[in-house]
Amino acid sequence: MNIWNYKSASIGEFLPELKLEPVSRTNLALYAGASGDHNPLHIDTDYVNEIGLPDVIAHGMLIMGYLGRVLTNNFSQGQILEYHVQFSSITNIGDKLTCSAKVVKIFTNDKKKNLELELSVKNQDDDLKLKGHSLVKIL
Amino acid sequence: MKWSKLKNFLAQCNLMLNRSLINKSYPPIIFDVEKQRVKFFSKATGQTDPVYFDEDVAKEKGFPSLLAPLTFLTTVSHEKKNPYQYLHDLSIDMKNILHASQSYKYHHLVFAGDQITMESKIKDMYDKKNGTLQFIEFESIFLNQNKKLIAESLSTLVIR
Repeated sequence: MNIWNYKSASIGEFLPELKLEPVSRTNLALYAGASGDHNPLHIDTDYVNEIGLPDVIAHGMLIMGYLGRVLTNNFSQGQILEYHVQFSSITNIGDKLTCSAKVVKIFTNDKKKNLELELSVKNQDDDLKLKGHSLVKIL
Repeated sequence: MKWSKLKNFLAQCNLMLNRSLINKSYPPIIFDVEKQRVKFFSKATGQTDPVYFDEDVAKEKGFPSLLAPLTFLTTVSHEKKNPYQYLHDLSIDMKNILHASQSYKYHHLVFAGDQITMESKIKDMYDKKNGTLQFIEFESIFLNQNKKLIAESLSTLVIR
């Protein structure tokens, strides 16, 4: 998967983006089981209808998990020092997500070379779902 | 007083009371990282690298066992006896709460076979938009079986 080479990274460069299949109920059910987050908001349509929502919504942490793959597709996990996200809007069933990362800073800290990446997840209508950043050591 | 005004007023009183809970810490959670759980979490988040699924591959890379994905530590927080105790402490209805942001700082990798201890506290509470949105920040540290700090996290929840 390491097609993009961080060793020659330059500011403004995008990492290979990750395009996902539409978010399904199965994705949410599996994530609820695997993460232990059993909040009915993500899995129980009767509950969400009762509280006035038309349908279940995705776990923010599931989307953060997807976005993390852009990092681990291009770096060893041990290189990743920090990973921050803000959940900007709700991800719905059927959303087709694209996860992206862009190099915004290259700097030396403690004799180690670091990259700062700007991260985002958008759906098919270009609505921002998540934005974030990550700090990665490269040397 | 109109009902909506009264509701707002009550919400704000509530928030003021709640602030006394800043720095409240919760009992540590001890969590054994099991291979099956790592595989299940990796599948659910769509990982493709065999280092998350195949122990032989993980060992070839010099790891003791399966590697836990970047956000795996979120599973630890759901292992509390009562994961929504803090909502009760703060008199918040679960249906009004959403995850606003999440941060991790990583110090060491987590592998299947590790035993993780999570220690959490309420770090801060504040409001925006004249009190209509209230925020709670939880700060957690994660230690492994050798008491080594492996990660720190900050979770912000928003109450609508």
